Order: sequence, then structure tokens, then C-alpha cells
Amino acid sequence: MTTTSTSATTTAAAAAASLIELRNATRWYGNVVAVNDISMTLGPGVTGLLGPNGAGKSTLLHMMSGFLEPSRGTVTIGGAAPWRNVEVFRTVGLVPERDSVYAFLTAREFVTASAKLHKLPNPRAAAERALDMVELAEAADRPIETYSKGMRQRAKVAAALVHDPRVLLLDEPFNGMDPRQRLHMMDLLSGLGQAGRVILFSSHILEEVERLADTVQVVVAGRLAASGDYRSIRRLMTNRPHVFLVRTTDDRALARALIGTQAVQGVSLTPGGVEVHASDHGSFTRQLAAVSRDAGVGLREVIPADESLESVFAYLVGA
Amino acid sequence: MFNPTIAGITLRALLGRKRVFLLALPAAVLLIITLALKADHAASTSWPAEVLGRVGFSALLPLTALIIGTSVLGAEIDDSSILHLLATPVRRESIVLTKAVVAAGVTMLFAAVPEFVAALIASGRAGAFAFGLGLGAVLGSIVYTAVFVLISTVTRHPVAFALAYVAVWEGVVTNLVSGAKYLSAEQYSLALANSVAKDDALDAHLTVGTALVLAAIATVATLAAAGNRLRSFTLTGDA
Repeated sequence: MTTTSTSATTTAAAAAASLIELRNATRWYGNVVAVNDISMTLGPGVTGLLGPNGAGKSTLLHMMSGFLEPSRGTVTIGGAAPWRNVEVFRTVGLVPERDSVYAFLTAREFVTASAKLHKLPNPRAAAERALDMVELAEAADRPIETYSKGMRQRAKVAAALVHDPRVLLLDEPFNGMDPRQRLHMMDLLSGLGQAGRVILFSSHILEEVERLADTVQVVVAGRLAASGDYRSIRRLMTNRPHVFLVRTTDDRALARALIGTQAVQGVSLTPGGVEVHASDHGSFTRQLAAVSRDAGVGLREVIPADESLESVFAYLVGA
Repeated sequence: MFNPTIAGITLRALLGRKRVFLLALPAAVLLIITLALKADHAASTSWPAEVLGRVGFSALLPLTALIIGTSVLGAEIDDSSILHLLATPVRRESIVLTKAVVAAGVTMLFAAVPEFVAALIASGRAGAFAFGLGLGAVLGSIVYTAVFVLISTVTRHPVAFALAYVAVWEGVVTNLVSGAKYLSAEQYSLALANSVAKDDALDAHLTVGTALVLAAIATVATLAAAGNRLRSFTLTGDA
């Protein structure tokens, strides 16, 4: 009984120690606010930090990894502030976005050096384990400068994993990876998350986050736009009003016909065609052909006008 | 405090490929000038001290230390590869000290040793003159690299700032303002060289005791400041 209780206490303590906590974290540069009053708590599992380029994802990761001091608010990992605190790297592994590595080293030398810097008892064995995890063992004796971008990325991940950290922070980790490498990395991170590690990765690609993350934190213009279970946020994204630009043989006739349908909230005539605000993406795209046929209008082109990630995020901010 | 892993990486980065030729260039120039003057049987008997003191301690030594001192840390900060060292629990002071030791060692190899060899050639024997200049250059290698390592942690343009320091502070201010000699790496080096070589043409303005104490204080203070700066290393951009 005592053993079970002690074990449970130890597990709980380990889980608490790996918790990332942001309280009203804010960072500004002069007059520019890069991260604005963000609060979040991250526990074991895989979390995606999603947002368009320039949204503040890297700034958040830099604050979490101790490479940026919050201008206001607090950032802690396991209760300790990472800023000017090298001890935090005993529990944190960092995969920076920047591609710079010691390119003259082989991956084996690079990862072994990382193991030695962490003062691991058997650096070579730890390096081999990490290289195996990222499937780089076979090419590990080649200088990193001969690697593709995806291979470099895997070498960086191996170096970050070499001390088996409880928290892994990855900034755009899938950049430059081919589809096979991407899938393997997703499996690896997913496995680490299931094993109780706190995995946080940033991405501006919805599909990456959708496939990997249990929970997401959506950041737009420095603010936390949405947070929580991916599926509910995705539903919010899918059900938002959609804007299409439709070019036809008779724009005015189609506009007249469309305004009478349930799936359409409004239409406007523009020099480029009919701009349609649809309340339901699926219903509108299914009905459009039939409506235009019944109206005797020929469809030339249907262009989604708001499919960019920025517009999706902008909707989430307002939601 | 000294970290052999970081030292190994730094040394390989420093001596990789064609960089060695760049590092050897100032030394080669000094040796060529010395050989030419020796072959020409220069009329002035004080030419070895004048040439090796001025060219050696005012140009070869600071320029070699500049290239090396700004490379060991500044180049890694510039391309962010330093992140792979900083994302470990290694103390920042240890990173700075290790890199400074490597930089000083390599500077001695490419500046102090050539200075010693040039002095041997000029004087024609392994006497006090050669050893004095060699020792002075060793001290200069340590102080200059400490200063350039600090500059690398202060600015993202370390080469420009280091050049300005050598040209303006060491080259002009210390010659015009008498008090500035107490804060001059060149004067520390010349004082030590002169204490052994006993050659007035070396133009040393400090006693060796003062020079050694001030050099030690300057080195420790600059490295401590560099360590403190590196503890606050900040990643910006790529929001």
C-alpha cells in the first residue's frame, strides 16, 4: 500500500514537474506586441501550436525555452521560470526552427556531443538510441553538411531527445521533411506523447496539427484565438461562413437565383464575378451546379475567396 | 568550468578548411617583413624592436585575435548554431571560458609563436629579446581574445566593433591620452615583453607588475561580463 502510494506520488510529481504554464504572458518589442496576454497550461500529450506566419508562435516557444524574457506575466516549466535558468534543460528538449547546426560534424558526433553536454552516464549509447528513434543511424557517419533539410531536422530532433526530456518543444519541426519522414516523425512524437511526455510543436499547416495533436492552441496576431480539443475547433472552422467568387455567363441571373437558396447568406456583384457568402460550405457547393443549370447560366469558374489560413484564423478570433 | 566537448567543437569550427590560411595570413606578412629586413641588413640597430613591437603588437596580434575571438562565439551567435550549446544545462560562464581558452590558444599559435620566430630571426639567437616578445604576445593573446569574446556577446556586428576598438582605442586613444595606457591590451603586452627583452625601442609605458595585475583584472572582468551577457541570450524575430 505504501509502495503504491509512493509510486503514485512520484508519478504525480513527475507530471507536475513537466507542466508548462503561461500566465498572462506578454512580450513586446518597442511598440510592437508579439505575444499579448496569453495564458495556457500544457500537460502530457501532443499539443499543436497553430497560427499563421508571424502570429507569435516562435516568440511563445522562445519564452518557454528561456531564450526570451516575458515583458509581462509569467512562464514556468515544472514551476521554474526558464529565463536565465539553464537547469530547465534537464527536463526540456528544444528543436529550434533555424537550420543552423555544426555542419562539419557527423550526426553521430553532433548527437554524442549533445549527450556529453547533458553529462549523461553513457553518451554514446544515448546518442545511438536517439539516432535510432529518428531513423538516422545509417547515415549518422556522414557530415551534416551533406544532409537534406529533412535529415538535418532529424539530427536536431535526435540531439534534443538524447537526454530523454519530459518536455519537448519543437518549432516548425516538419519543415523540409518529405512525406515519409513526416509520417515517421509524427509517429515518433505521437508515441512520446502517449508515453506521458509533454510535446509542443508549432506549425502553420492545419493538416499537420490535425493528424498529430490531441489539443491545439491557436495563436493569431499574438493572441490566443482558440484552445482545446482539435475536433471542436476544426468544426468551428468548417462551419464558418465561406466566401466564393463565381464567374458565369450571366452574373446577375445567377445572383438572383442564388439569393433564394438556404445555403446562401448574401450575394454581391463585383467586376470579377458574383461574390457569394455561403452559410454552409457543403450545401452550397452541392447546390450551385443545379441552381445555375435551372437558371440557364453557365459556370465558368468557382474560386473559394477565403480559404487562406489567415482568413480561417481571423474567423476564429471573431468566434 | 572548462568543457572539453565545447572546446573540441570550437577548435574544429575554427581550424576548418580554408580558415587556417586566413588565420596564418597576418603571421606570414610579419615573417616576410622580418626576413626582408634581415636580408637587407637594415641600418638601424633598433629595427627588430620597432618592427616587431609596432607591426607585431599593433597589427598582427590584435588582428589575429580579432579574427579568432569574434569567430569562436560571434559567428555561432550570428548563425544561431550556438543554440545547440545553449539548449543544454551547461553554465554559460563555462561556454564563455572554454571558447576564450580555445581562442587564446589558437591566437598564441598564429600570433605569439610567429612573433617569437620573427624575433629569433631578427635577433639571430634565442635570447631575451625573442622570449620577451613571445611572452608579451602570449599575454596579449589572452587579453585581446577575452575582449573580443565579450564584444561578440554584446553586439551582432562583432567584427566591426572589434575593428573600431583596435583602430580607435588601441591605435589612437592610448597614444594621445596618457591615462588610457592602463586600459590597453597592447601596453600590457609591451610591458611584459620589455621586462624580459629590456629594449627601450619597444615603447612600453607600464611597469610589468602593473601590466600583469591590470591584464588579469581586465581578462576576468571581460569574461565575467561575457558570461553574464550569454546568460541573457535572446532569440528574436521569426515571431
